[in-house]
Amino acid sequence: MSVSGEMRDLYQDLILDHTRKPRNFHDLPQANRRAEGHNPLCGDRISLALDVQADQIREAAFEGSGCAISVASASMLTEAVTGKSVDEARCLLGAFLTQTAGSPAIAGDRQVELGKLAAFAGVREFPMRVKCATLAWRALEAALASDETAVRTQ
Amino acid sequence: MSAAAIVIETSPSEASDERLDAPAYDLDAVRAEFPILREIVRGRPLAYLDNAATTQKPERVIAAVADCYRHGYANVARGVHALAERATVAYEEARAKVARFLGAETSEEIVFVRGTTEAINLAAGSWGKANVAAGDEILITELEHHANILPWQRLCEEVGARLVVAPIDERGEVPLEGIAARLSPRTRLAAVAHVSNVLGTVLPVRQIADLVHGAGALLLVDGPQAAPHLEIDVRALGCDFYAFSGHKAYGPSGIGALWARREILAAMPPWQTGGGIVHRVTFAGTEYAEAPTRFEPGTPNLEGVLGLAAAIDFIESLGRPAIATWEKALTERALDRLAGIPGLRLLGAPRERASLVSFVLDGIHPHDVATILDGFGIAVRVGHLCAQPLMARLGVPAVVRASFALYNTLDEVEALAAGLAKAREVFR
Repeated sequence: MSVSGEMRDLYQDLILDHTRKPRNFHDLPQANRRAEGHNPLCGDRISLALDVQADQIREAAFEGSGCAISVASASMLTEAVTGKSVDEARCLLGAFLTQTAGSPAIAGDRQVELGKLAAFAGVREFPMRVKCATLAWRALEAALASDETAVRTQ
Repeated sequence: MSAAAIVIETSPSEASDERLDAPAYDLDAVRAEFPILREIVRGRPLAYLDNAATTQKPERVIAAVADCYRHGYANVARGVHALAERATVAYEEARAKVARFLGAETSEEIVFVRGTTEAINLAAGSWGKANVAAGDEILITELEHHANILPWQRLCEEVGARLVVAPIDERGEVPLEGIAARLSPRTRLAAVAHVSNVLGTVLPVRQIADLVHGAGALLLVDGPQAAPHLEIDVRALGCDFYAFSGHKAYGPSGIGALWARREILAAMPPWQTGGGIVHRVTFAGTEYAEAPTRFEPGTPNLEGVLGLAAAIDFIESLGRPAIATWEKALTERALDRLAGIPGLRLLGAPRERASLVSFVLDGIHPHDVATILDGFGIAVRVGHLCAQPLMARLGVPAVVRASFALYNTLDEVEALAAGLAKAREVFR
């Protein structure tokens, strides 16, 4: 019995590396944008924190627990958005959702290079796991949309 | 996550010394009756080990549903034409069959419902609303499925009653002392699973019934995990309500039954109302029909009822003792193989276990385990299994569950063990 090709596509070395050693996996006390992604089906919970200054994401970090896909996706998200402008992060979000969930591209979206995040393309072969890959990205969407003042009071 | 995870290794000495290689029935012939078992999943033959979620259907159940539409379909208990009569007779014969299947005294004690969920909602919405008042108590246990928690929780909220919870112990059993200590003169009803859908624990329903009746309360048994595996005799069990679902017992989805003792059912007010359940309607008021008709408004699920009857015939053709013996052999093989997988924690170690096992693998999320197994064509369940309070008690967010049915093979159990070993390799 050997692991099939599509399984190898899903659990790529890059993804497993982030699962085993999640990057930016800590609290971010100075964060001014926060959102939580929760998947009630499996109990996965990803808390995303962003430090946004002058429309730029200075730092991104996450905490929580989840499956290999959701943790790796959150870890790679924090790496990908650090240093990006809010607008660039939104474009990246749109491109990631298009790749992973097959969401129709938003009109006017700039072409965005997904780079390493292309590793999640294999998830589309496993429709039940798409929500795992998009969990942190939905949190990003909420965090970017959140009202700074309201979030601070949490 | 209050308590530490329950981790008890089942020692080989606890396993039965009887090792079966084959059931008393012809396993190949039985498997041939289930067309879906010939499916190829991700390039491999399907190993369906998600039977506690729902079972697959034999040809005779599929045929019963199709034949209903082809030859015998009409509305039940309404028309006087030949097809209507045929439908009505078949519907009531099926009710009598379900009554015998459960050991009921008469078929008037059987209410057809969509499934266990609707059965318990009916009991809570009708009997509960009429009999539970502010300050009263409903007793459940810590291992209940949401379907046997939420209807009671909502009833308690609505009438100002209190939901009381009897704990499980380290084995995942429900100690009788814990139940006895939580019964009070205010207890109106206890609602317990016959078999835990997570731990496989078979609850001592007879002893629980005696305790509950001693406190002057009634007992409802949530039975879908038991009906396809154990002999059910509601009179011997001593309960007052029993609910089960057809789809977990090789029947169609969307059909199940609530059994209640005749005098209890006769005194219960209607729950959902509508056509077909009345003697006389005026704008000033309505005179309702007797039970069970009173509880079956609207056009019934005739094809589901006939499919359920065919499923009962199928189960009885093999015999529940033979089924239980084979499922025990499958479960013991699984427990034996799982014990050899490093980092695997079995959840619960009930001394009397139905044919399912739940576990977690250290460092690997249950959803990843299930996806790897799916890659080998092996279907298992993962998640909180609609028992979030039990997950909290066990200290895990989710589990992997393998559950066995009369058509499973020892090779499928071996494939599960091999798949789990592969999962450990991938996530090494």
